[in-house]
This record gives sequence, structure tokens and C-alpha cells, in this order.
Amino acid sequence: METLRILIVDDEPGLRMGATRALRDFKVSVANVADEVGFAIDEAESVEAAMEKLAAARPQIMLLDHRLPGMSGTDFLEKLDLGSENDLLVIMITAYASLETAVAAAKRGAYDFLAKPFTPDELRGMVRKAAGRIMLQRQARKLAEEKRRVRFEFIRVLAHELKSPLGAIEGYLNICVSPDIKVTEAKLREMVDRSRERLVGMRQLINDLLDLTRIESGEKKRELAAVDLAAVAREAVENVLPQAGARGISVNLECPAPLEIRADRGELAIIVNNLVSNAVKYNRDGGRVDARIRRLPAGVEIAVSDTGVGMSPEETGRLFKEFSRIRNARTAGIPGSGLGLSILKKLVELYGGEVTVKSAPNEGSIFTALLRDVGHP
Amino acid sequence: MGKAKILVVDDDPDVVEQLKLVLDSAGYEVAAAGGMAEAEELLLSFHPDAAVIDLMMEHQDSGFVLCHEIKRLYPGTPVLLLTAVKAATGISFEPASEEQAAWVRVDRIMDKPVRPEQLTKEVEKLLAGAGQAGGQAAKSH
Repeated sequence: METLRILIVDDEPGLRMGATRALRDFKVSVANVADEVGFAIDEAESVEAAMEKLAAARPQIMLLDHRLPGMSGTDFLEKLDLGSENDLLVIMITAYASLETAVAAAKRGAYDFLAKPFTPDELRGMVRKAAGRIMLQRQARKLAEEKRRVRFEFIRVLAHELKSPLGAIEGYLNICVSPDIKVTEAKLREMVDRSRERLVGMRQLINDLLDLTRIESGEKKRELAAVDLAAVAREAVENVLPQAGARGISVNLECPAPLEIRADRGELAIIVNNLVSNAVKYNRDGGRVDARIRRLPAGVEIAVSDTGVGMSPEETGRLFKEFSRIRNARTAGIPGSGLGLSILKKLVELYGGEVTVKSAPNEGSIFTALLRDVGHP
Repeated sequence: MGKAKILVVDDDPDVVEQLKLVLDSAGYEVAAAGGMAEAEELLLSFHPDAAVIDLMMEHQDSGFVLCHEIKRLYPGTPVLLLTAVKAATGISFEPASEEQAAWVRVDRIMDKPVRPEQLTKEVEKLLAGAGQAGGQAAKSH
């Protein structure tokens, strides 16, 4: 249970006692907050006593009498100087709810008013409202903090991923100009080729990053029209044939043709290309890739299987996180931005679908994308 | 005396290639690994006189773990740890506490990128230091 501290500041002992009694065993449940909220009550009979208690243990809620000996509640509020970021909700208790007092107190940061005389239920209603606000504020703060953390982590990893190719290229350049190191013509050529490959990878990463940002911000214009998925898949297969052929990997496509769906052709191409090129990239030499596309009652399913490096259950678990490229001996030397699957997942989600994966280390993986909202003929 | 043997470990194949090139032309015998598992396997048959390893490989602290492992197998082998932490965060990296430093027992931490001359100079220094320490140990026996 969450406990909020309430400080009752009033010079009338009867009011303090009554309010304490009304709130002592009071519990509130707040929407979207799992825990019940209870209250710890403290009392102060003067401004001085209140200041001491505020300094000792800051309450979350203060019931403040407008008429205190020596200083009005409004002046007391001013003295407290509650900023906009304040974590103390002040409920003013007034003998007569005049508009003037209300405005003056609100200006100084009071949360609400309670006009004397009030019933225990009125008091509890007010406290319930204040508690709800405090709990929701806390939750919002926690969410914002979490968002900030995720963003920081993203930038940290992004910086690392961008720096690696720069470091590699800089390393080769340093070797080229080092007077101590003699390199052959062939070695020099090799170093230049490697540097260019790293630049290509870096450009790909930046492009993927922009794609991802566009999808996430909803900035990317979508043009939904009738698209033949079979044709898109054939193109995707043709795109990977050079790399697949070089490594003796066969790529097979099974798809009823034509397979018309309502989608954005560009998005569809990214989805299928991503699946098929991953299946080639993470395959073994001489392996095979099977892309099967079919219409199901739930939508259109694109399943691509490979006979490649595969993954352990632990690895598949973190697969769709940004930059979570699985780094191990089996994937060493395979280029990739680490954003491909994040992009794939976000795009498939635009079609109300999901991507699932089944995999076993050194046996291969099957990635399945189910697109739900693609219309029916 | 034969060539001094250096172990090089980094998960970036280009960085491995460069470290090999630089240390090769400085006259060392170099064995390289692309990750933790490979390095651990290699260490069973290869006793390095010094090791140059990357901090961030499979995990953010892989280099520390590997360093610990090297020191366990070959306590006399000095380890040079390469990090990219400073360039990424502006904070230079040091093991957080005395206890951690004692556990890691890394001999030198350098920020990437390291220029070829710097690298060979540091490796030379580490080898000289290790030789001296070994000599002293031998004398005191």
C-alpha cells in the first residue's frame, strides 16, 4: 500500500481532531494504479509548528486553514513559494468561500478549497481527488523517466555503432601513413576495399535510422493501393540472387500469383526484402531459403525459412530490440545495421500484424510476418 | 630469444586485421580471436607474453572478464585494454573501485583509436615491465 502524508494546519483543536478521525482509516484506490492509497495524518496548530513539520517530513497534502493566528493562509502560501513543479497539494479551508480568497490562494499555488463547515464525506472526497492527482503525477513522471532512459540507451548504442566503422577506417588510414609499416600493393588495395565496405555499412545504418524515424513519427506518407504481393516477392528474391548465388544458397519462392492485397508497395517491399535478405545473410554456404506466402483467414502470411546460424531462445528474445544484433562466433563478420528487424516489426504493425520467429542454433530460423489489415478481394 | 607472442582480441574483424598488421610489422608473433569464446579456446594452447583486447565485445564488459581469465591462466602476462568509452561519453573509464581494479588487474587502458606508433610503444613498455618483474621475482627466490 502507498501512504501519503497529510498535514492539517488549523488553530481549532476540534477541527483538527475531526479531520484526523475522518481520514485516519480512509483508503483510496486510484484508476490505473495498482496499489491502494492510505494516509498518515499529522497536525499543526500554528504557522510556526507547520513550518517545522514541513521541514522535518514534507507531506504530500496539506489542509490549510485560511485564518490562522498571526498570518493568513494565503500569506502562508506565499511564504511557502510553491513553484509549478511543486509536490505539495494545498487544500485551503475557508470559513466562507469568497471568490476573492479563492483567486488569491489559487494564484499562490493552492490546489482546491473546502468551505467550513464541511462533512467528513466532503473532506474525504476532496482528499480522494488530491490523492488521485498525486498518484497520476507520479506515474507520469515514472513514464517520462523510463522514456528518457530508453532514448539515452538508444543514442548510446547508436553512437557506438556509428563510431565502429569510423574507427576501422581511421585505423586503416593510420596504417597507410605510418612510416614503420610496409604494406604491399595488394594489402593496400584490400584496406581500401574494406574501408569502402565500412562506409557502405555506415550509410545503410543512417538510411535505416531515417526510415525508422519516419515510420515512428508517422511522417512517412503511405499510399495504400492494390499491390500484387507475388510480384513484390519475386523482386525481393531477384535482389538477393547475386549474393545467394555467390555462396551457393538456393532461394525458393512459393506464392499464389497474383496475390492482390491493399497495401503500400514501398512498405511491402521493405518487409519482404528484409526477411529474404536476412535469410540469405545468416545462412550457411550451400544452404537454402524458402519463402512461402499464403492467404489465411486472419490475413496474409509471409514465412521465410533458412538453414543458417539460428539462435538460442535467449537470443530470439532480444532479437527485435533496436541494435540488438546477436553477436557471437556464428554472426561475426556478417554486416548489418541492427535496425532491420525493428523496421520490419514497426511496418508489420502498421498492418495490424506481428512478426514471430522460430529458431534453433546451427539449424536455422523461420521468420513469419502476418499482415492482417490488407483487405479482402 | 624468439619473437614475443601477443594475443589480440576484438569483435571487429577490421580492428583485428589492423592490430595484427601493426604488431606483425613490429616483429611480434600475433594470434588473434574475434570474441570471448574464441579467445578462451586459443588461450589453452597459446601462452601470450602480452595481450591487447577490446573492452566492449559480446557484452559491455567482456574485456574485463577476458582480462581476468588471462591473468588466471598466465599471471605474468600484461594486458592492454582498448576502449571506446571516452570518445562515446567524454568520461574516461577506470574500474569503479579498488576492489574492481584488483579483480580486473588490467595493466593499461587506452582509448580507441590508437595510432600504430602508440600501440607498439605501449606493447614494448608492457613487455619490458613484465620482463623486469619476472627478473626481480627470479632474483628474490
